[in-house]
Amino acid sequence: MLRFLTDRILQGALVLFALYTITFFLAKAMPGEPFTSEKNISAETKANIRKLYGLDKPIWEQYITYPKNIITKGSFGISTSKGRPVIDIIAQSFPNSLILGLCALAFAIGIGVPIGVLSAVRKNSWIDWACMAVAMVGICIPSFTIGPLLQIYVAAHIPGLKVAGWGNLEDILLPSFTLGLVSAAYLARLTRGGILEVLSQDFVRTAHAKGVSPSKVIIKHTLRGGLLPAVAYLGPAFAALISGSFIVETIFQVPGMGQHFVNAATTRDEFLLLGLSLFFGFLIVVMNLLADLLTGLLDPRVRHTRKTD
Amino acid sequence: MKMTDPSKKTPQGSSLWKDARARMAKNRFAMGGLWVIVVMFSLCFIFAWFCTDPNQVNLTNKFAPSSAEHWFGTDALGRDLFARILYGGQVSILVGLIATAVSVAIGIVYGAISGYAGGKTDAIMMRIVDTLLAIPFLVLVIVLQATLSDWSGDVTQWIVGNFKWDKEFTGRLTNVVPLFFALGLLGWLTLSRIVRAQVMSIKEREFVEAAVALGYSKSRILFRHIIPNVLGPTVVYSTLTVPGFIMYEAILSFLGLGVESPNSSWGVLIKEGANFLETEVQLLLLPGLFFSLTLFSLNFLGDGLRDALDVKAAKD
Amino acid sequence: MSLLKIKNLKTYFHTRAGTNRAVDDISFSINKGEIVGVVGESGSGKSVTCHTMLGLLPQPPAKVEGGSVTFDGEELINLPHSLLRQIRGKRISMIFQDPMSCLNPYLKILDQVTEPILIHENVSRNKAETRAIEMMKKVGIRDAESRAHSYPHEFSGGMRQRVMIAMALVTKPDLLLADEPTTALDVTVQARILKILSDLKDDLGIAVLFVTHDLGVVADIADRVVVMYRGKIVEQGKTRDIFEKPSHPYVKGLLACRPTLETQYQILPTVEDFLQTQVEKDGSIMLSECPDANKRLAELKSETKYNNPSGDTSNVLLQVKKLTVHFQTGGNFLGKPPKIVKAVDGVDLQIQSGQTLGLVGESGCGKTTLGRAILKLQNTKSGSILYDGNELSNLSQADMLHFRKRMQIIFQDPYASLNPRQTIEQTLVEPMLVHRIGSNHSERKDRIVSLLEEVGLGAEFLLRYPHEFSGGQRQRISVARALAVEPEFIVCDECVSAMDVSIQAQVLNLLRELQQKRNLTYLFISHDLSVVKFMSDDMMVMKNGEVMENGKAEDVYKNPQSEYTRELLEAIPKATLSGENSSF
Repeated sequence: MLRFLTDRILQGALVLFALYTITFFLAKAMPGEPFTSEKNISAETKANIRKLYGLDKPIWEQYITYPKNIITKGSFGISTSKGRPVIDIIAQSFPNSLILGLCALAFAIGIGVPIGVLSAVRKNSWIDWACMAVAMVGICIPSFTIGPLLQIYVAAHIPGLKVAGWGNLEDILLPSFTLGLVSAAYLARLTRGGILEVLSQDFVRTAHAKGVSPSKVIIKHTLRGGLLPAVAYLGPAFAALISGSFIVETIFQVPGMGQHFVNAATTRDEFLLLGLSLFFGFLIVVMNLLADLLTGLLDPRVRHTRKTD
Repeated sequence: MKMTDPSKKTPQGSSLWKDARARMAKNRFAMGGLWVIVVMFSLCFIFAWFCTDPNQVNLTNKFAPSSAEHWFGTDALGRDLFARILYGGQVSILVGLIATAVSVAIGIVYGAISGYAGGKTDAIMMRIVDTLLAIPFLVLVIVLQATLSDWSGDVTQWIVGNFKWDKEFTGRLTNVVPLFFALGLLGWLTLSRIVRAQVMSIKEREFVEAAVALGYSKSRILFRHIIPNVLGPTVVYSTLTVPGFIMYEAILSFLGLGVESPNSSWGVLIKEGANFLETEVQLLLLPGLFFSLTLFSLNFLGDGLRDALDVKAAKD
Repeated sequence: MSLLKIKNLKTYFHTRAGTNRAVDDISFSINKGEIVGVVGESGSGKSVTCHTMLGLLPQPPAKVEGGSVTFDGEELINLPHSLLRQIRGKRISMIFQDPMSCLNPYLKILDQVTEPILIHENVSRNKAETRAIEMMKKVGIRDAESRAHSYPHEFSGGMRQRVMIAMALVTKPDLLLADEPTTALDVTVQARILKILSDLKDDLGIAVLFVTHDLGVVADIADRVVVMYRGKIVEQGKTRDIFEKPSHPYVKGLLACRPTLETQYQILPTVEDFLQTQVEKDGSIMLSECPDANKRLAELKSETKYNNPSGDTSNVLLQVKKLTVHFQTGGNFLGKPPKIVKAVDGVDLQIQSGQTLGLVGESGCGKTTLGRAILKLQNTKSGSILYDGNELSNLSQADMLHFRKRMQIIFQDPYASLNPRQTIEQTLVEPMLVHRIGSNHSERKDRIVSLLEEVGLGAEFLLRYPHEFSGGQRQRISVARALAVEPEFIVCDECVSAMDVSIQAQVLNLLRELQQKRNLTYLFISHDLSVVKFMSDDMMVMKNGEVMENGKAEDVYKNPQSEYTRELLEAIPKATLSGENSSF
């Protein structure tokens, strides 16, 4: 177990390093200096930043200075488009994105997995076709079509649901549903595939031969193995949620990190872009680790080393 | 002692591809998907030539309803919606196809080499892939796209200066091409993993060992024995990558980071349509319909291909 | 009163390719406390019979077209599932062939063995677990209390099968259906499992339906035998009667075509020598006896041209000295040392030109690795390989090209040995192209056709693909491919192990004929001692990478020097009924 953890942590560090390197050099390759067009930063702050990040120094020094500043000062730089420290922006928007993401994940799992299980158990029946059709919809109709449609056809007609904005509990509903839909669709398909795969295995026949009832065969013998592909997907699902948040936050005006990221890209806000990318990368590394641990929990073959008799 | 042959009379055998095609033909969804794609292709690439200019602005005829002249009506700037949808389709479909082609080219080579070489080479190559995979795709694409599109202006000037191409055409080209590469350069990762896994499992099969025992060269084995057996899942995955890339392009365009005017794509059209939701729903729905229909069909086709090829593999 | 009575049972499979009459009107019965062996080759319907009884077949495409199965007076066919479930695991239990895939990898062993008790009896969990552990001890799982909390992948094959047996018998059923339970096990492990089964049968008084393709196993443990062929029962009766005085030509053929340890044949009789099969237009099969079967047997008995003169001064073609192959497992960059497995540990051998050296051992003994190492398909750590006086061990793969023409190999799995994307013609012409045999296209084509005929196939096979052929046919194509480069030396790596006994006899005969015609030298590798003894002049027994015994095949059998060889010989199900070969 310890070996597994250290291995994954090292790999995670490698990932962040690669992400940082690529993003850093791409950000530096963008034309224009970080401050060339911004007015909302005082001259004094600009001078400070220049000194702190050595913007006049060679690239290699800047490359090292940035992470050094993160570790020693906890500073991700100043956002040129917003005129505030990046860390402040992150601190303020992260909770919103977190809530959105967790609710979306809850929707995704709560809708996707049961649909997948139902489909698999009733394979080739009309229920199967219906569920898979719904899943197809989630994959093929983009969130920026569903979102706006929900806005005009649902939000506009149900009192209490704002079309956009973020302040009350109900405001979470539509955005997180829209965000979670794509992941729900993938989870449904993966779960269906996983369970069908397990159902075709010999040990399911053994269970029947022992007289286990059909529902127990599914719950006790099939689910654990059948859910493995879905659990393995949780890591990428989380990444998808982050990507999806870019759109959903824009449509529904949610003040989260996704919106800021898009803005940073459109306004070429170097520090904000870097800071957010690193933060996203970090979140995904953690999430992937959790997903791997969960897989290990479900599948004992991953956990134990083989012993021979 | 002669053994009589109890099977068919005709000596011509049926290859796995032929059997797969026969199996696919029975899958109504996949065939339906195939037809829709053919129609969509014809519309966007052939029929579009005969349509009115999608960039023709006519401010006096904003939001016109459906008519003989404008089959789908017009948009906020009086441009023919139908033509815009078809021309937008060109970009969306091209992005999907070219990005997939780039991914597949890189992915197959990388995966085949990694899988065939094995050992340390493979371990390092796959570490690289795993690391890159863990990086949020869209984050990288956005940053890459932002950088590339900033350069496109310079590239346009350079091309126009040196090769005397038409400025407008070049401008549109350099605007779109970086997108192909941004997506393709990052999309090959999963494909390489799939190819590698296939190559590794084929490599262990006895007919490959027999080939080594018969003294065949490594390149002969790789190209004549391993890769032909790897094509099946590769084709399936590639088919399913195309709609994925079309979706990515749409997302980028929606965020304002993708295709820019005068180019348009389905993503751009949907974004524009979203602005007029309350009043002119068709501006969102119609491009959305074409978009979704294409994606549905591609997915059905991909699923059908997978079912058709899988069963044969299982029989082997 | 019979415990189980099967009457006119018909189970058909309806697929797009047609209707397969897997079980076609069979009738037999089992009495309380007896072991009935159901013997047949692949496609005989023996497994389907078992599955039908417990309703385990997927109902499309399978369908019970007729007949009845009465268990203790109760009709099982079309019994509603809720009632059927009360019988499954409680009064009729079943064990399967491959314990790895038949045990749930995600649940602990104790959980799985306890499950039948908890389902069928009203007993507390603690009590059930105690009983489960007791049963596990009975089947020979040591430290059952602690090992019960492990998972299936932590056990070896033999142990897993014991778990399956414990799981099946823990509710003390009346009838045990055993579907090829020892087929996937080594012969020594098989012997132990069979003993466990027969002890438990005496202890618990259960009846056993034992399905197998191995006549030897059946002779050892069954009271009565039922022989199936293509869905029908061709003969049934007391074990002794079947083996000493078979009446049906198929059974005669089946008994005769096995290369037993006692066999004196150079070329084996085959089922076709006894049985004529004719497929009618409506898909049914007409079986008839070959009129001159006895004459053929007499011919075979007096066949001597396959006797290889041994001990004469024919030159040594292959000489291997102190060959060592090590495998490395585990270990990572965090400093854990890798484990070294000595797959082949200092092996010496030599084969004279025109002779056959048999290499026998159980799984993991290194025989396959040794065969591959000699052909440089596997890297060696040290040792010398002298082929016709040439040292091969330090040659690069490029330098080996010349020798690849002279040394070939035939593999075990006919389904994986041919490139599924190439036609037979492409598969056979490629070696000729690589080694520049044949000067033009038509000359090569002629060679290919003659190769196919030499292995008993025809030119109509050329444009077809491997998946259109049976296992036996594909193996012949593999032989043809090996012969395409005109080799002198062929390694036969378990090349008949994956086959039915009747097909095996054909392929063994083919190999013998080819050896005689082309003066081939064989290294014949197998886990089946009887087959190895039949094929070989000299024989070598391996265990854990080392040579346990080496000598003339007949000597090793009659006078085994090593303890391990004796153990192997003991374990072989002998069908020790004296009359087995008397008329054959």
